[in-house]
Amino acid sequence: MTLDAKIPGGPLQEKWGRHLHSLKLVNPSNKRKYRILVVGTGLAGASAAATLGELGYNVEAFCCQDSPRRAHSIAAQGGINAAKNYPNDGDSIHRLFYDTVKGGDFRSREANVYRLATLSNNIIDQCVAQGVPFARDYAGYLENRSFGGAQVSRTFFARGQTGQQLLLGAYSALSRQVKAGTVKIHPRTEMFDLVVVDGEAKGIVTRDLVTGRLQGHAADAVCLCTGGYSNVFYLSTNAMGANVTAAFRAYKKGAFFANPCFTQIHPTCIPVSGDHQSKLTLMSESLRNDGRVWVSRTKGDRRSPLDIPEDERDYFLERKYPSYGNLAPRDIASRAAKEVCDGGFGAGGQGVYLDFSDAIRRLGRQKISERYGNLFEMYEKITGEDAYVQPMRIYPAPHYTMGGLWVDYNLESTVPGLFVLGEANFSDHGANRLGASALMQGLADGYFIIPNTIAHFLAQTAPGKVSNSHPEFRKSMEELHASIDRLLSINGRRTVNEFHRELGKIMWDHAGMARSADSLQTALKLIPELRAEFWKNVRITGSGTELNQELEKAGRMADFLEFSELMATDALHRNESCGGHFRVEYQMPDGEAKRNDDVFCYVAAWEYKGPGKGPELHREQLVFESAHPETRSYK
Amino acid sequence: MNLTLFVWRQKGPHEQGRLEKLKADNVSADMSFLEMLDQVNETLIKNGQEPIAFDHDCREGICGMCSQVINGIPHGPLKNTTVCQLHMRHFKDGDSIYIEPWRAKAFPVVKDLIVDRSALDLIIQSGGYISVHTGGVPDANAVLIPKDDAETAMDAAACIGCGACIAACPNRSAMLFTAAKVSHLAALPQGRAEAAKRVCMMTEAMLHHGFGNCSNHYECEAVCPKGIKVHFIAKLNREFMKAQIMSTRTTNVPSAE
Repeated sequence: MTLDAKIPGGPLQEKWGRHLHSLKLVNPSNKRKYRILVVGTGLAGASAAATLGELGYNVEAFCCQDSPRRAHSIAAQGGINAAKNYPNDGDSIHRLFYDTVKGGDFRSREANVYRLATLSNNIIDQCVAQGVPFARDYAGYLENRSFGGAQVSRTFFARGQTGQQLLLGAYSALSRQVKAGTVKIHPRTEMFDLVVVDGEAKGIVTRDLVTGRLQGHAADAVCLCTGGYSNVFYLSTNAMGANVTAAFRAYKKGAFFANPCFTQIHPTCIPVSGDHQSKLTLMSESLRNDGRVWVSRTKGDRRSPLDIPEDERDYFLERKYPSYGNLAPRDIASRAAKEVCDGGFGAGGQGVYLDFSDAIRRLGRQKISERYGNLFEMYEKITGEDAYVQPMRIYPAPHYTMGGLWVDYNLESTVPGLFVLGEANFSDHGANRLGASALMQGLADGYFIIPNTIAHFLAQTAPGKVSNSHPEFRKSMEELHASIDRLLSINGRRTVNEFHRELGKIMWDHAGMARSADSLQTALKLIPELRAEFWKNVRITGSGTELNQELEKAGRMADFLEFSELMATDALHRNESCGGHFRVEYQMPDGEAKRNDDVFCYVAAWEYKGPGKGPELHREQLVFESAHPETRSYK
Repeated sequence: MNLTLFVWRQKGPHEQGRLEKLKADNVSADMSFLEMLDQVNETLIKNGQEPIAFDHDCREGICGMCSQVINGIPHGPLKNTTVCQLHMRHFKDGDSIYIEPWRAKAFPVVKDLIVDRSALDLIIQSGGYISVHTGGVPDANAVLIPKDDAETAMDAAACIGCGACIAACPNRSAMLFTAAKVSHLAALPQGRAEAAKRVCMMTEAMLHHGFGNCSNHYECEAVCPKGIKVHFIAKLNREFMKAQIMSTRTTNVPSAE
């Protein structure tokens, strides 16, 4: 099978416009005949469900949480990018496009990224119209700040709660459609399977998390907006419930999984405090606008940071990357922090300092508190330390996954009728995502792209072709029942969390921030062993016909135990370093990532070939018409 | 430290619940409250007992999922803090801790510490939005919003919808929750057009879905993890009065459907 990305012809600037013109439409009075399932209600899902509902489609939305407003987009802190150029500092659609492609280390699809940059401005307009209270200046104009990998200020923000405010905007649009009767919400409901009939996605099977009931939902198209898989590392900045299950089960039904090894390790998170730790907390990248990152010049320095004089400090980001300084992109900043910590210069063993004392002297405590007050409070709650007085201690942590289900320009996967939006797809961020771009992508996909591209698909299919009494639904439900019974009958000695912690350690040690062929081969040996033990020795109490949080975790864990192998396989095959994928064998003399454009300038899309068989690799060659691959330098 | 927990256990909405005494040993001061419960659950599972069911997700105080009454106080003893951000350094060795679910008619218990808060979604669905379609909106800087108004809107919009305000209120009123959304949107020029209709609809929905009335106890403000102030309730009342007065003067009655 050859992968057709369906990139429209014509110059980059005109592709989306031309494409819109060529897409088929669905007559307004026919729209309500089509049923669309939207799985996940984060920025991508909520914006898609709301917009499709407004257009008149019959939409059903599903989320694991008790309300669509709780999806993990809510936790995004720093901001959302747009090429408005309000500060008049030289920004443009083309510059946002170029920064994003370069930030992604030339492993993203140019046409998609250009469209994203174009739509970025519409998003800000839309959110303001919904009542999102972005930061303003005294005259009433919108304020901007800077994020990593950019030399302009293009990030819009609502204090340190931008994701929350954008999600509540999308949730309010969604709530309006619920009242209008176009969208029905299924909270506390988890997608367990994708149902494919005659090669097309025709519905899903879900489990009601309160009653345990499995149910088939038939539809004319399915949108997966189920986020990323950072929790494969156990400790990550993701919510506890974030998982790969929906995407992975779609993969098993024929959707290709693209670039699973492209995972982002965020440089500024609160370090681990002990074995009890259940998650890691992000400290927004926006802090690097005013905070300076440093370590002691002395190895194993046990002094309090306040006792280390200025000339004994190494501001290593400013030293190594003078032109971007503390705002170097995430992959670069994370690796630099790891390097100094591995070298023994870390703050109290693991971690580097993020210091605000200069900014407080320059701007005053009041101004810093206005900008980052909630983050400083959160830091104090978790660590018991006051960052106004002493520098924060930070360390990199898994945060975002650039890889995801493969989609074409229409956001359609390799299963016709299955569309994938937001973090769950792979398309826009290449091998590394720039800060404040995830919110932009989720909303661009949901508000502005999917309403057009899904219509084109629906216009060519008759509504209601399949009902949920179709044998494929029955078959899927029987298999799921069997798998749930199997999990519950093991009655072993170890808890799901113990397995998860162990898998996380394997992935972090062998497929984390730095990988090698050796370490990945070790991971590929350890994962199947752990998986075999899981299916023999996991202990789940309770039954499958009630609210059972252990059973929920176990189902997700079973998928992580298979998915992790795909991730390591992808990382092992990609014999180059790019973005968040750092293979220690491939680096420049100065330790920077060494890409191999001659061989690896492609998207690796993996096809599931059945149980016990290895996945098959398909390649989508990346062609750069405008942003020519160069060595990425932030020096 | 070693602690004694008294945890509310309830199989389902129609079963009888009870407080169960459980031991939490070797608790580290660096643990969050939920990590302490994780540890207790691990022991329960290993002993073949059912773990305590509780809602949680982001564990960074923003999703609004966690919801526990700790020693009689929703979200526990620390001000401006959700359960997930409460750390064990605020407790001491030998403490007894009582852990219960949100208790309100509008929030039936689902299991143990988990309650059904869908009534809050119903309040928002009744009108907690600006009726704008996707696309065709003016440039973001076309309508200026003075900084103070934007800040006021943000103060109110910070609500995470956890429901602690309701659990703390002797009347189980959702006034603070509703007021936060009404005030957020009323503070912005984009939200003014529907302000009168919105406040009527949302107030009606609040009363309709089993929440009580406000009688100025201010318990809601005291427990709100996001520090939402009761002056927003005054704003709600003001908006409501304005809407009522307008509705008697004009034929365009903003009715509560």
